[in-house]
Amino acid sequence: MIISILYYLLTGYIALLIIWNLVKSKKWQEEILYIIILMPFLLRLFRLK
Amino acid sequence: MANVKLTTLRKIVFSLAGVALMLFAGISFYRIRHLKEPVVLGPGVTQVKNLSDYFKGIKGTINDSYVYILEGEDSGGTVLVIGGTHPEEPASRLAAWIFTENAVLEQGKLLVILSANRSATTVTRLGGAYPSDYTIETPWGGQKFRMGDRWSNPLDQWPDPEVYIHFPSRQELAYIDIRNLNRTWPGRSNGTLTEKTCFAIIQLIKEENVDIAIDLHEAELQYPVISTIVAHQNGQDLAAMASMMISGMEGFDIGMENSPEALHGLSHREIGDHTSAISLLLEAPEPMLDATRGRTDRALLLEGKDEFIVKAGKHGLLFEKMDENGWPIDKRVGRHCSTILQIIELWSEEHQEKALIIKNVPRYTEIIAKGTGAFLHNPASAASNRIKYE
Repeated sequence: MIISILYYLLTGYIALLIIWNLVKSKKWQEEILYIIILMPFLLRLFRLK
Repeated sequence: MANVKLTTLRKIVFSLAGVALMLFAGISFYRIRHLKEPVVLGPGVTQVKNLSDYFKGIKGTINDSYVYILEGEDSGGTVLVIGGTHPEEPASRLAAWIFTENAVLEQGKLLVILSANRSATTVTRLGGAYPSDYTIETPWGGQKFRMGDRWSNPLDQWPDPEVYIHFPSRQELAYIDIRNLNRTWPGRSNGTLTEKTCFAIIQLIKEENVDIAIDLHEAELQYPVISTIVAHQNGQDLAAMASMMISGMEGFDIGMENSPEALHGLSHREIGDHTSAISLLLEAPEPMLDATRGRTDRALLLEGKDEFIVKAGKHGLLFEKMDENGWPIDKRVGRHCSTILQIIELWSEEHQEKALIIKNVPRYTEIIAKGTGAFLHNPASAASNRIKYE
């Protein structure tokens, strides 16, 4: 259970990093890439898949 | 300045598109995880318990599954039928469903679990493009079931370890199989959700003095353990007799395999080793599980037809026959129903004081003639206290 909670915290942290990179990015190709890779992290955080 | 505004607007548009895509997927995932599958309690069902009635440690979890108890007026033996160990093998759940909704016991006790790993019914194979559900046509409309997967949902048990050491044998198994209900027997009370589920079923077997535990499965045609009864050494005679009787009387062939003594975590090995029950596992052919299949859709799941697997058969790569008629779900469900009935009948002949007499369960030929759906009952015309939802 503790390890599971730590993994959720890690997932949230990585999701924040991706969002930060998205905000800072200047290239539209990178922005699309960040949004796509963000999805599974958010889906896991929202406990959807 | 204008450039900054344009960039911000672009990010917002992309983000909204991402949210839309995530909503589309997320709603689909949410719906399948919460799809209710009705079970109309048949005339033989006298009680419905939960696994937590046998092991409190599983209470409040998704795997606190129902145990349907069917009892005859006369006392006799006790048989446990386990469906849904691997929910992506749908004939296992459907055969158990038919017993629950139809069986009438005159003697003995039958325990049926429809979703042994309920968590695994709520997810499909990640990246596998599996259909999320399937529908069985019935005389009163379609009944929808969750497709499920081989492993517990990562939402319920996560993360997987780098190495999975099976308890109590300490055998090293594939890391992902720590979420596989048929690799975590006999389970442990302080383990993962999947291990706790096995532990609860072992407690059930001990508390109910189960004589025979039958675990229902399906297998790919490229896997050698197919169309067979896998038997612990305590059930070899029974399985061999059943194999002979079925091949002679039921209209299909089924083999018999010995459970390897050194292969741990599987029901046919651990239930026999850790309880006094005879432990048997049934395998029916399911082409959808084959690696060389074509499109993985509902039609393949239910009709079992696939040109690529037929071709694999022509190259001698299969352990079961495969032609353009495929392996439709009715055949697979019928095999399980007839095999369970034959096992129980043979057991009862040899153990009069522990016999079971079961009526009203269709056999292989009847299920093929009428379809699986003919034996599923309409929840709309059942009394509300005779309906459960899986």
